[in-house]
Amino acid sequence: MAMFSQNPLMNGPNYSFSDSPRVAAPEGTRQHRFDPYTDNGGSTLAIAGADFTIMAGDTRLTSGYSINSRFHPKVFKIGGTTADQKDATLVLSVVGFAADGEALKERLDSICKMYRYRHGKPMSVKACAQRLSTILYQKRFFPYYAYAILGGLDEEGKGAVYSYDPVGSYEREQCRAGGAAASLIMPFLDNQVNFKNQHIPGSGEGHALQERERRPLTRQEVEILVKDAFDGAVERHIEVGDGLQMMVITAAGIEEIVLPLKKD
Amino acid sequence: MDHRPQAWGRPRDDVYGAYDPSYFHNSGPKTATQSPIVTGTSVIAIKFKDGVVIAADNLASYGSLARFTDVKRLRPFLNASVVGFGGDVSDMQYLDRHLKELAIDVAYITPEASEQTKDFTAANLFTYLQKVMYHRRNHFDPLWNQILVAGLDNDDAPFLASVDLRGTSFTSPSLATGFGAALAQPIMRKYAATEEDAAKLTREQAVDVVKECMKVLFYRDARSLDRYSIAVVTKEGVELKEDEQLERQSWAFAERIKGYGTQTV
Repeated sequence: MAMFSQNPLMNGPNYSFSDSPRVAAPEGTRQHRFDPYTDNGGSTLAIAGADFTIMAGDTRLTSGYSINSRFHPKVFKIGGTTADQKDATLVLSVVGFAADGEALKERLDSICKMYRYRHGKPMSVKACAQRLSTILYQKRFFPYYAYAILGGLDEEGKGAVYSYDPVGSYEREQCRAGGAAASLIMPFLDNQVNFKNQHIPGSGEGHALQERERRPLTRQEVEILVKDAFDGAVERHIEVGDGLQMMVITAAGIEEIVLPLKKD
Repeated sequence: MDHRPQAWGRPRDDVYGAYDPSYFHNSGPKTATQSPIVTGTSVIAIKFKDGVVIAADNLASYGSLARFTDVKRLRPFLNASVVGFGGDVSDMQYLDRHLKELAIDVAYITPEASEQTKDFTAANLFTYLQKVMYHRRNHFDPLWNQILVAGLDNDDAPFLASVDLRGTSFTSPSLATGFGAALAQPIMRKYAATEEDAAKLTREQAVDVVKECMKVLFYRDARSLDRYSIAVVTKEGVELKEDEQLERQSWAFAERIKGYGTQTV
């Protein structure tokens, strides 16, 4: 029957709207598109010690020039068996777009909880770190706009810090700063944690200069360093301030410390 | 001649071209809210000793036109929480219908009214609304609102939180959307800078602060109205007044403003 048709389209089985050729989009494609992201400011910091890890973040939440909240934590215990996270062993910090950060935290937390129920033991930092990378990469083409840092103790009981970019590239490091004031804090950390550009006085000129010997920092030293780093960031960055939240992860558990920062 | 019944009565493709299915709504962009149309302005709220005070005016604007002057933007939920909507009014009405259905579902599961509020506190309701808002932004079809939720949390402590069209959520002793964030929030923060300060405020003080803020907003926000709704949420329930008039307005302060304009002194 189709051979009698004058219309090439009719050579199909029947008339159906879904069969006719699709026109790409109607006239006047939208100029203005909804932007699903914002930057909520704030900064995070993580330092690994010999037998501890300190995760820290300020507690300000901004949008533009306004302060939405003076206490909105960015550092979370992850993978405890209960809602209060009493027996958690891992800590996640997220900074960037707050709603994505929250969603990311909740996903990782539920995955760690499932792992714990199924295997009867908490997830190791190494395993959790790989899983977090996978979660981020799964949203490669509509990313979680959040800079995550994962902290805990490794299999040998040493402090471990894993840092991420929004699409899941990750690396284990001694220390990392993230968020709005990362560029202010990171060079300070290079100098104070990894002793970069620190030399033994009078040991020579130019290349002959001897590097200062590296040693792991103590918990007290790191706590002071974190406070100093944030006090510096608060002074020079408007999106950082209000409060400093610190999580100290040791073999004995996770201790939370909240200190005041400048509120201006 | 095409004898197939499917083809009868239709414009011939060889004459008129193929049917453009984009008019048939199965291709092209989704009819998502791409920008707000009829909008409500600020919602403000502050915590006090045993609850939360929340207020919003009764205006829905169409751009700069004061289009609807009797629109209630505070919605009670299960007599235990109040939801305040800023932004697009049609999206507010959609969410309101949605919450009504939810309240009916809750009532079927737990018929006893006092039990319902135990299961569905303001904190629970807020978590739910945050998920709805974030879900819609993930589908590029946002509900164009900024929402405040006032009530009590699961420990019967005052609860106040905000969520916007991108799903960003936060809490604070006092909150304000839109213009209120710039005009009312500094005033409210004078009285409740911290949770401890808010826990010392009495109900009367909190109501006075909110009324004062509504007045400031009416003075300076061009898309506002002097008719407003105000609600007090405590353990006893929601006390909502939907047709209040701003009192004791006075421009006397204007004389004392110096530093700009045509002033010569």
